[in-house]
Amino acid sequence: MHTLVCVKQVPDTTEIKMDPKTNTLDRSSAPTIINPYDAHAVEEAVKIKKQFGGKVSIISMGPPQAQEVIKKCIEMGADEGYLLSDRAFAGSDTLSTSYILAMGIKKIMDKDPIDIVFCGKQAIDGDTAQVGPGIACRLGMPQLTYVEAIESFDLKRNVVVLHRKIDNGYEVVQSKLPCLITVEKDINELSFSPLTNMIKAARYKSVSWGINDFESDLSQLGLKGSPTSVRRIFPPAQRAGGELLKGSEDEVVQMLVAKLKGGILECQI
Amino acid sequence: MPNIVEEYSGVWVFVEQLEGKLATVTLELIGEAKKLASSLNVQVSTVLLGEKVEAIIPTLLEYGADTVYIIDDPVFHFYRAETYKGAFCYLVEKYKPEILLMGATTTGRDLAGAVATTLKTGLTADCTALNIDLEKKILLASRPAFGGNIMATIVCKDHRPQMATVRPKVMKMPIPDSNRTGIVVREKFDIEEESLRTMVLKIVKDGAENVKLEDAKIVVSGGRGIQNEHGVNLIKELAKVLGGVVGGSRGAVEKNLIDHKRQVGQTGQTVSPKLYFAIGISGAVQHTVGLQGSETIIAINTDPECPMMKIATYSIVGDALKILPKLIEVFKQSLSEIKNLELRNSNADMKGVVTVE
Repeated sequence: MHTLVCVKQVPDTTEIKMDPKTNTLDRSSAPTIINPYDAHAVEEAVKIKKQFGGKVSIISMGPPQAQEVIKKCIEMGADEGYLLSDRAFAGSDTLSTSYILAMGIKKIMDKDPIDIVFCGKQAIDGDTAQVGPGIACRLGMPQLTYVEAIESFDLKRNVVVLHRKIDNGYEVVQSKLPCLITVEKDINELSFSPLTNMIKAARYKSVSWGINDFESDLSQLGLKGSPTSVRRIFPPAQRAGGELLKGSEDEVVQMLVAKLKGGILECQI
Repeated sequence: MPNIVEEYSGVWVFVEQLEGKLATVTLELIGEAKKLASSLNVQVSTVLLGEKVEAIIPTLLEYGADTVYIIDDPVFHFYRAETYKGAFCYLVEKYKPEILLMGATTTGRDLAGAVATTLKTGLTADCTALNIDLEKKILLASRPAFGGNIMATIVCKDHRPQMATVRPKVMKMPIPDSNRTGIVVREKFDIEEESLRTMVLKIVKDGAENVKLEDAKIVVSGGRGIQNEHGVNLIKELAKVLGGVVGGSRGAVEKNLIDHKRQVGQTGQTVSPKLYFAIGISGAVQHTVGLQGSETIIAINTDPECPMMKIATYSIVGDALKILPKLIEVFKQSLSEIKNLELRNSNADMKGVVTVE
């Protein structure tokens, strides 16, 4: 089975700090990582390769340093990686990003048909969850988002059965292959990479494609191909502050309980 | 391109339902759509796809829809991107709404991404505020970005419809008016089941014993500051004593202290409890956007300067691992006092009833 995983290099948003003077992001404060959901997508693809044989390809769009996340995927057991990198891609919103990735994937598919395209359910910097469905749409594949578990494959009938998260539960869905799957973290546990993979990854250099290396319509790239734009960036509104309870540990605890008595505590019983 | 833009008018809401049960986010969005539509002086319409879902129509009208577009067909029994996308895009292209709102649920986000790509238009996910630029008559969609560290207002100037998703519980539930009526437009969209590639085999619901985080009256959340398994147990015990539900920040989830299903915030759940405990949570916006609707917030943190302490109703500076056991003890005592008091009162009532008889 040939699976392809879309991965993104993201700043670790839990580590991002704000510059309190200018109210802007201090991006240098955050290390870059593989988008955590994408790591689970790679793990799932590698699991499938172990079960059915075949190959795991990786694709990423980003600046040259996004090589690093592709190396990370090789370490996790992927076989080859493609980095789509060009100044013309800068400023792409989700519509344009899904176009660029889909065109890159098409070039890979022409040479080597793909059974499943995997993505993380969303990236932690944008949190939009739009690129996965966008790629599926452009490739004409069924989209199966927020997948928590793959139940079974029936390769004779060329179908997959999986669990897709819904409000307060999940649905069991069957889909024909090829399809695009976006994954939740529940789908698997990340395993440790063997040393041989680490050595391979350290030496690995991914294929790098710019706009001249695959078919693309310039009007759909970057800022020009992006219907949305950012009008304004501002610090989040703060809720009006309250009361700081002061005293020894025992005193503050008593104070707090006294404050809550006669209101919420009684409501609960 | 202004001509293309002017052809589009009205605010639409996608009606999310599962086997006839309406998702409440739909009604919240109708309320918000009403607000946007009145600033634009246009109408609110809803799109209802499903099988045997006519019974939902009166509710949509009562909550503020002027028009309901409905396609009722077995092929739409369960949500599937491939069927809903086709029907939805057909209606949009036929009736041309300027704004399209959907719930930021797994269903709404799945559909929104597919529809926006098909229509080649702009989509802003998980908005926390929607407004209209009155001069340019465009939608201002605001949302947290970079893990909620900043807010961004996104616009879609030259493409229509302007699409946005909003999470459940972010917008207020409108007040229904049982006298409201509206127009129902019945449409058809032909798809052969045999031509489809996906099929929903069954729906599995989580056990009903789990109180949903988003519906809980008391939420006790832990962050990185709860440090370890011991801290997690203290959080759980406090929640148990109070009859509340455990939640957590992304930091605690990333450290595997709290299950990710219990995450409160931009990438987790939005909660609106009466009482919210933020224990060892610094209060990144990623987290705080998820609890804006809380009535009372209590923060315990070693850092008096962290954002969580600034927005809390009551804040306590100190080591959560030392304060929590004391808090649990005192709550236990005072709750049993309250219970005894109520017991005495209800016994008194019982006696009263007996004498009357």
